[in-house]
Amino acid sequence: MRINLASIHVSDQAKALRFYTEALGFRKKVEIPLDEHHSWITVVSPEQPDGTELVLEPDTHPAVKPYQDALVADGIPITSFAVDDVRAEYERLRKLGVVFTQPPTDMGPVTTAVLDDTCGNLLQLAQHHG
Amino acid sequence: MDDVFKALADPTRRRILDELAERDGQSLFEICGRLTTRHGLGLTRQAISQHLAVLEAAGLIRTRREGRYKFHDLDTGPLRRAVARWLPPEGPGDGGPQSPDATETPGPETSGPGTPDGPEPTDRAATPGEH
Repeated sequence: MRINLASIHVSDQAKALRFYTEALGFRKKVEIPLDEHHSWITVVSPEQPDGTELVLEPDTHPAVKPYQDALVADGIPITSFAVDDVRAEYERLRKLGVVFTQPPTDMGPVTTAVLDDTCGNLLQLAQHHG
Repeated sequence: MDDVFKALADPTRRRILDELAERDGQSLFEICGRLTTRHGLGLTRQAISQHLAVLEAAGLIRTRREGRYKFHDLDTGPLRRAVARWLPPEGPGDGGPQSPDATETPGPETSGPGTPDGPEPTDRAATPGEH
């Protein structure tokens, strides 16, 4: 058994694709139109092009919005991405206008930061030490 | 006034204040993460929420809604008022510009109004207000 997909609900797939590729630096792997408004879109890390694909999934189900709102209010990220230097990423992304709800903070074996993906979710960046 | 002392009587709640003293504007998620990773306090999010509610009722923290986010800030006002009655009157207040030799003024927050369970490792007490 392998984890080949992980999915994130996004409020706007085109906007999300721009954010996840242009700001975060992921690469589009698949884009298949499903209907007039929605597509099957996945992105991957350029460091792991054959690794787990992240699905940018439409947030059309009515349960998604209240779920996201409750998590965001409490500052809880929907998932976490590994970075080599969280402070450098923080500076780089802030210059692009990305909003952070938590600046880089030492949390035991990791230093983490939390940002807003502009499409309904918070994302954590984590740098593991040692 | 009773609310303030009751809120301070719990070591977890004092830890929360320690962490907020380091940086204001923390989400519930960040406070939970700090308590777990820095202090080994394996509390549920719900339990921490309840501690935050006690601190907020005592006026020691304030919650602030900023768009979709909710942040917590430290408010030391009630703390100062709570201990002021036993402290000698100070002149111009914190770090008064008039009295350069008054640098030994006791820090009311760190000298402690009595923490019955002994001294705590407050490594950051040496650098209050660092950002």
